[in-house]
Amino acid sequence: MSSMPSHTHAVSDAPEGVRRPGLLDPAIIVSSIGSAFVKLDPRQLVRNPVIFVTEVVAALVTLFFLRDLASGSGAGFSGQIAAWLWFTVLFATFAEAVAEGRGKAQADSLKRARSELSARRLGADGRTIETIPATVLRIGDLVLVEAGELIPGDGEVVEGVASVNESAITGESAPVIRESGGDRSAVTGGTMVLSDQLRIRITVAPGSSFVDRMIALIEGAKRQKTPNEIALTILLTGLTLIFLIAIVTLWGLAGYSGTVLSVTVLAALLVTLIPTTIGGLLSAIGIAGMDRLVRFNVIATSGRAVEAAGDVDTLLLDKTGTITFGNRMATDFQSVPGIDPHRLAEAALLASLGDETPEGRSIAALANGEYGVPTPATAPDVVIPFAAETRLSGVDIDGRRLRKGAVDAVLRFVGIDPAVAPPEFRQAVDRIARTGGTPLGVCEGDRLLGVIHLKDVVKPGIKERFARMRAMGIRTVMVTGDNPVTAAAIASEAGVDDYLAQATPEDKLAYIRREQEGGRLIAMCGDGTNDAPALAQADVGVAMQTGTQAAREAANMVDLDSSPTKLIEIVEIGKQLLMTRGSLTTFSIANDVAKYFAIIPALFVATYPALGTLNVMGLASPQSAILSAVIFNALIIVALIPLALKGVAYRPVGAAALLRRNLLVYGLGGIALPFIGIKLVDLAVSALHLV
Amino acid sequence: MTFIGWLQIAALFLAVLAAVKPLGLHMVRVFTGERTFLSPLLRPVEAGFYRLAGVDERKEQGWLAYTLSMLAVSIAGFVLLYAILRLQAFLPLNPQGFGNVAPDLAFNTAVSFVTNTNWQNYAGEATMSHFSQMAGLTVQNFLSAATGIALAVALTRAFARSKAATLGNFWVDFTRANLYVLLPLAIVVALAFVALGLPQTLDASATATTLEGGRQVLSLGPVASQEAIKQLGTNGGGFFNANAAHPFENPTALSSLLNIFAMLVISAALTYSFGQMTGERRQGWAFLATIAILLIAGVGAVYWAESAGNPILDELGLDAAAGNMEGKEIRFGMAGSALYAAVTTGVSDGGVNAMHGSLTPLGGLVPMFLIQLGEILPGGTGSGLYGLVVFALLAVFVAGLMVGRTPEFLGKKIDGREMKYAMLAVLILPVAILGFSAVSAMLPAAVASIGTPGPHGLSEILYAFTSATGNNGSAFGGLSGNTLWYNTTLGLAMLLGRFAYVVPVMAIAGSIAAKVKSPASTGTFPTHTPLFVGLLIGIILILGGLQFFPALALGPIVEHFAMLAGTTF
Repeated sequence: MSSMPSHTHAVSDAPEGVRRPGLLDPAIIVSSIGSAFVKLDPRQLVRNPVIFVTEVVAALVTLFFLRDLASGSGAGFSGQIAAWLWFTVLFATFAEAVAEGRGKAQADSLKRARSELSARRLGADGRTIETIPATVLRIGDLVLVEAGELIPGDGEVVEGVASVNESAITGESAPVIRESGGDRSAVTGGTMVLSDQLRIRITVAPGSSFVDRMIALIEGAKRQKTPNEIALTILLTGLTLIFLIAIVTLWGLAGYSGTVLSVTVLAALLVTLIPTTIGGLLSAIGIAGMDRLVRFNVIATSGRAVEAAGDVDTLLLDKTGTITFGNRMATDFQSVPGIDPHRLAEAALLASLGDETPEGRSIAALANGEYGVPTPATAPDVVIPFAAETRLSGVDIDGRRLRKGAVDAVLRFVGIDPAVAPPEFRQAVDRIARTGGTPLGVCEGDRLLGVIHLKDVVKPGIKERFARMRAMGIRTVMVTGDNPVTAAAIASEAGVDDYLAQATPEDKLAYIRREQEGGRLIAMCGDGTNDAPALAQADVGVAMQTGTQAAREAANMVDLDSSPTKLIEIVEIGKQLLMTRGSLTTFSIANDVAKYFAIIPALFVATYPALGTLNVMGLASPQSAILSAVIFNALIIVALIPLALKGVAYRPVGAAALLRRNLLVYGLGGIALPFIGIKLVDLAVSALHLV
Repeated sequence: MTFIGWLQIAALFLAVLAAVKPLGLHMVRVFTGERTFLSPLLRPVEAGFYRLAGVDERKEQGWLAYTLSMLAVSIAGFVLLYAILRLQAFLPLNPQGFGNVAPDLAFNTAVSFVTNTNWQNYAGEATMSHFSQMAGLTVQNFLSAATGIALAVALTRAFARSKAATLGNFWVDFTRANLYVLLPLAIVVALAFVALGLPQTLDASATATTLEGGRQVLSLGPVASQEAIKQLGTNGGGFFNANAAHPFENPTALSSLLNIFAMLVISAALTYSFGQMTGERRQGWAFLATIAILLIAGVGAVYWAESAGNPILDELGLDAAAGNMEGKEIRFGMAGSALYAAVTTGVSDGGVNAMHGSLTPLGGLVPMFLIQLGEILPGGTGSGLYGLVVFALLAVFVAGLMVGRTPEFLGKKIDGREMKYAMLAVLILPVAILGFSAVSAMLPAAVASIGTPGPHGLSEILYAFTSATGNNGSAFGGLSGNTLWYNTTLGLAMLLGRFAYVVPVMAIAGSIAAKVKSPASTGTFPTHTPLFVGLLIGIILILGGLQFFPALALGPIVEHFAMLAGTTF
């Protein structure tokens, strides 16, 4: 794991650098009209049972219209019903086309870039170079890329360091460093090397590269139905069947009382009752959800992951870089009794002379500034770099042996049993650790001088973000290599619900498994190769674009901004996706109440004048009532396209409050609105003398 | 509507409410294998049955084995009852010397009692021998009710368990439901009925001299014992043709209230058992609240419609205060009849103490609609609970989506699999009710059976198939059902309503049991709150209403508006 730059985005603003079309760009609308007609192909529509049934019914009514036309009786009515049934289907395909259209422009530019790539492949001897089209590259090929060239495919740097401009994918114009080994070795095809040269081993076959996946995702071409979408489709299909039964049997029940219902009116009743609103918008909602993710610069490998994000119960976050800034800073020196604080400051400064880490620099800065100890001009004789075994670093200078490091390591160095260390020293160490700091012992020779207080600074605003997660019902768990005391202090300062201290990658994996055993869904983000198993195990694994190829392969999402807090937005997008589906389903079903009141009296008022009482909307005539219900049913799809694309607003107010609000708006609203809507359409139909 | 009337209604519901917890707890003990106060007496009997049948009571079954065992019991019950009815003339205890029951009627009756419907296309006192009533019908009253309870318990276990492959042992649940729940209750209630004046004898009849000096033959028989299980098991099949309107089946207002209490109590208590066994006691109360609200609304609607009476009669100068007393017994009165009508249809009992066909159009619509809602208020013993769970799954699915989470109910995620089976189950109602009704309405031979032409006749047909599919068994009256067509189609409707419904439900149980039970978080939508109760009621009403509104519009609804306009049918 390494520290990484982090940007945070408020939910509303899109990242700069990526130009995205507006919600209903005129250019997209025009091009979508064409594709709406293409999508009428029944072989394509059969994937959407509700709209498929509508299309079949529309075709059937068209046949009856033609018959009426030939016989010259009442063709005006059946013609208009047929037309509006076709519009219903078209509006549904149009919605899908618009949703897809928004990503098309971006996909096209990516495609263009991909097709122009060429590669300089190294021969088996490692010297001969042949230039070939990038599309014939195979996994394992070695390619050479120099400054100014585009990287031909996804791979790993095996040799060299270079700055790479990845704006083609991330939209971020600042170049990033790519180097062999470590966590920054992954490169993406289509990005440009700005300096130096890289030797890259191709790790992904053409056609399944990152850019390819991104294109497929944006276009929605390979969109698989997600589990939840399948479940909802089953519900909608079941409802469609129920209404089909109700309508077909109505013909028989009406026949009993001598009413002969025409296919046209039965078709009209059927289409208004089956959930065409949600059926028509369902795939648009799904595409728009993925599109929203892309707007936040996150690439998901499947819609399933986006849905899972909405369900996440527990969020695993690395402390470093996510919760804290990542580099600890010296904030205080605590000397042992009998040692002048300035002597400690001087020793600390000298011990850090060879230490170019941010921590070392912060120690020097503190000694220079607050304690007025100048940095000596003479260079140290020997610089002892930090080593994992000794857990010490320091210098030998003018015969003095100055060391700083982990407290127990320093005590061992000076030969003091930790149990008999000066109590003041132990208290200081405990105090620092308790408050989330890191105590760093300082000694000279065999003399213990004191302790440096290194503090992990928690990012501003992070506590509020976690409070928001809690309101969403998500537990946040901080993962850190720190000891439990330090971890607890930072956890309480940052406001996380739990922490995993002294965590190894194995611990992380075990924690995820344990949580999943308990039925919880886990999300985490990571970038290192050692994160890969945990990323793969987590239900939602978000890899950083700056991370290793292994991490990116294991994760089911990649964050192009490499911002670990992006998970919060991802969760909200997942929830929004489900909420939009649920709300529109409720709305669609609730709408049926008014349609019954429009159509049932219209069907039977001739036989049973008493049923005219049910015409509560006071619709002008039976025919206008039926036509108005059909028109309303078609227009409501178009009217809801913006909502389907934008998504129902999510607020972290708890499930019950959220449900109450949505039930009120989409349930009760769904019952009331069509009464008004159908009445208005009926007024228009009467005014225009359509029937 | 009167204060005394409402008082009776309130007293009944309070009595049921008081019994819910003790009976619910008792059933939890019974089905979790704990000792109960009945164990010293019944445990040896129970163990004896297992030995006799070679059942290992510790061996649990998966959903499929459980379901197949249930089907085996039902098929065996059908064959046995069919044989008894067809061979009645050769069997003992036949003092009236009734002949064998005709094949189509025997089929209809056997299906009817095995499916817990008790639709009766015959007059009991003129068709069935004492042997047929006791060894045939009453036995199935026990077995079909116990089957329902066992299925509900299996589904309950599915929600209680995490990553489980089994749902319990059908044979054990079935035996225990009979021995520890139905039998003791039936004995107590039967004795109470005897005390309230119901006959319990093996004599055929008594001959009385009337006030005018004429001779009248009064049919008798083991009435009290059959009445007890008829109500406790939500069967509803009467000893006499007039069912609970008959003075020997239901002599007083008090016996009528005991009738209603008995038909409600097990189904209502099962909601508590569900809550207790799943560890979500509040869920049980939420279910009970859902049921209570809808059922009391139903009672109120019938009571109101009947009290309002028929304006046409009012205009003719009849006392409007009497309401509509046609088809009702004076000794039960308006409230007692309204209560009985709504509860018997809410619980899938089907016994009647007033003629539903003589109710006002709206008063008749309510019982029919209560059945069409799926027999879940609280429905048949066991079948009501599993029906309600299916609706809860649908409600949770929609609600879960609206709060932005994959829907879950009691910690179990609901996905495509559950939705598929839930929709399959839900589809049965419109297929059987509307399908058979529509065909009957168009078939001249079937239309010939109706008693009253016009919309009321359509209501008779619709009610018959509603009652059969809902496994209710009450009749609208007027329809002559003992024909080849109705005996066959109503039999099929009953089979569909019972088995085509419960097999998908058991598949849901299997799938749910296998899932991990995940803990609730604030992002999870709580399913025990008033909000959820409201949503569940909404889903039940909207789904039921949307399916049956067109059909009802052509029956009771048009009749109502026509009545207001001065026309009757």
